[in-house]
Amino acid sequence: MSEVLLEIEGLEANAGGKPILRGIDLVLRAGEVHALMGPNGSGKSTLAGALAGRPGVEITAGKVRYRGEDLLALAPEARARRGIFLAFQYPVEIPGVSNNYFLKSALNAVRQHRGEEPLDAMEFLTLVREKAAVVEMPKELLGRSLNEGFSGGEKKRNEVLQMLLLEPTLAVLDETDSGLDIDALRIVARGVNALRSAERAMLVITHYQRLLDHIVPDRVHVLSEGRIVRSGGKELALELEKRGYGWLEKEPPPREAAAR
Amino acid sequence: MSEASDLEKLARREYQYGFVTDIEQEYIPKGLSADTVRLISAKKSEPVWLLEWRLKALARFEEMLAENRVPTWAQITYPSIDYQSMYYYAAPKQKPKLESLDEVDPELLRTYERLGIPLLEQKRLAGVAVDAVFDSVSVATTYKAELEKQGIAFCSFSEAVQRYPELVRKYLGSVVPYSDNFFAALNSAVFSDGSFAYVPKGVRCPMELSTYFRINAQETGQFERTLIVADEGASVSYLEGCTAPQRDENQLHAAVVELVALDDAEIKYSTVQNWYPGDAEGRGGIYNFVTKRGACRGRRSKISWTQVETGSAITWKYPSCILQGDDSVGAFYSVAMTNHRQQADTGTKMIHIGKNTRSTIVSKGISAGRGQQSYRGLVKIGPKAHGARNHSQCDSLLLGDQCGAHTFPYLEVKNPTAIVEHEATTSKIGEDQLFYCQQRGLSQEDAVSMIVNGFCKEVLRELPMEFAVEAQKLLGLSLEGSVG
Repeated sequence: MSEVLLEIEGLEANAGGKPILRGIDLVLRAGEVHALMGPNGSGKSTLAGALAGRPGVEITAGKVRYRGEDLLALAPEARARRGIFLAFQYPVEIPGVSNNYFLKSALNAVRQHRGEEPLDAMEFLTLVREKAAVVEMPKELLGRSLNEGFSGGEKKRNEVLQMLLLEPTLAVLDETDSGLDIDALRIVARGVNALRSAERAMLVITHYQRLLDHIVPDRVHVLSEGRIVRSGGKELALELEKRGYGWLEKEPPPREAAAR
Repeated sequence: MSEASDLEKLARREYQYGFVTDIEQEYIPKGLSADTVRLISAKKSEPVWLLEWRLKALARFEEMLAENRVPTWAQITYPSIDYQSMYYYAAPKQKPKLESLDEVDPELLRTYERLGIPLLEQKRLAGVAVDAVFDSVSVATTYKAELEKQGIAFCSFSEAVQRYPELVRKYLGSVVPYSDNFFAALNSAVFSDGSFAYVPKGVRCPMELSTYFRINAQETGQFERTLIVADEGASVSYLEGCTAPQRDENQLHAAVVELVALDDAEIKYSTVQNWYPGDAEGRGGIYNFVTKRGACRGRRSKISWTQVETGSAITWKYPSCILQGDDSVGAFYSVAMTNHRQQADTGTKMIHIGKNTRSTIVSKGISAGRGQQSYRGLVKIGPKAHGARNHSQCDSLLLGDQCGAHTFPYLEVKNPTAIVEHEATTSKIGEDQLFYCQQRGLSQEDAVSMIVNGFCKEVLRELPMEFAVEAQKLLGLSLEGSVG
């Protein structure tokens, strides 16, 4: 079996002072794409925040190991440099800082950690244009202030562009499909699929089955009230689409489908 | 973790210009009196008219002091200053006349080297002509000969008094009279040196002119006087930089800068002010009480002030433009940063007198730690200023919740055809912005520096290229230890 990248064990966490995660167990191996679904307020974004080290998400119990290392002991930037990437549900705007400058600084910070030479302006420009083409990002958006005045779809594409540049080992996509029309969804999915490989894993958080038509997951988990209540193959997502989340409470999970 | 220790190291890094140069100094005895003024004037072999002017200024200052007319309207607090307990003149002891840089005390040159100032000819490529003022006297002016070929005078103020007495007499005090305000009166009485530049008709100054001010001696006030005149159709870009050693007591810096632009002339004046700000607890640091004013006397003349203020315990300055000439243009671009216990009350005055005069104000204030700062700006449109326009934009950025930002805009509009606009915003560096940057691999310090530089971009782009880079670094350094 391939390498275990992420191992979450009994994770409990508060957000905004309230208990949100109530015992998460999850294992991601290299090469796998897992989808995380569940109703609003079930704790999906809190889990993403816990993995990335978001301030305000307070871990109260449990362990997270990333490639054998205690992830929770690391600062957010240390996690990022080790290859953990979070595509934000609500990407922030930073006025006066050009998208290009931001992307280059981030890329070079990560490259430095990997022991690679920083890219100079020309090398960076060549690379960013190549990656921007994958997500059909207009060139002028690269010169504008980071996310300032971007449409919702442009912001999400910018997240995927950053992911393509930084080439993370573990990517967490927090509702990257929300607010996208079908064309934008296809473009975003193309970017994500371009990054799928045997070395990396992805955790795709979404409300909708439609994203999973484009990014086909190996496993689907359903989060409810801070716990994974059901896990299964990609067909689970189709069933959720048809029946909603209500039936899960009535039907106990089959034993073999427990989270692993 | 290595990242954590990096952060600590960054936070501990201190003011890097805080060293003292061990050099023999010559002082005039402490205290302020007519004798002090006469001594300073005599040291500089000044003409009688200038001594008389100084004495009138002293009389005015003493009058204001007796009536306790120290300005108190600014939003700053500091213990009252004992004007008798400081030195008014300190100079590196050396041969009275310097013929070339070789004669400058090597210790002094080493000091400027540590400060990164391009005093030597090798820096010719940088295209910067430098006048360096060490405590009270100007020690070296580079490229003088080259500038003189084009008729440009650029020298220390003392030298200008000897070589260009008519120009000095004509323009000194013509923009900031000695009676203008408390600190201007003090400066006029005891100013010891400064820079002088005159660009003749139709000449565009081919390089940046720059003055570097350094306070070295203890218990010494620095009172420099700068006068820049751009004759008809002339243009000049001038930059000043400042540093001082780290000391526990406060030191006073009360400078006056006067600019005069005649018809179609343009003066661009940039400041990167990094006086010692005091320590984290507010001990020591420079009191930077400065009067800067430019007169757009001629038609279509233009004066712009760009300032990056990161140093000083207290900053009190309002670089202003008097827009007399029709169609003249004034601009003020400012970044002021206060960290720890620094205080700044700064802004500008745009006085519109002529027709179709235009002015722009862009002020960016950044407060961190327990820093307090105020923007204070006056836009005055006189009755004859038909078609005058002003646009002001004042933005404040807060880091943490113990600092403060205040805005005091004053508008006096006496002409109905004028258009005056004012915009103001206050924002906080959000935790979400920082986290976003960190999630992409940037350290928290780098993230803050990036966000702050983005916030200041409109102002930084007004600086000459190489100084913009220096200013960006300075903004990052000044914020060390302000987050987390």
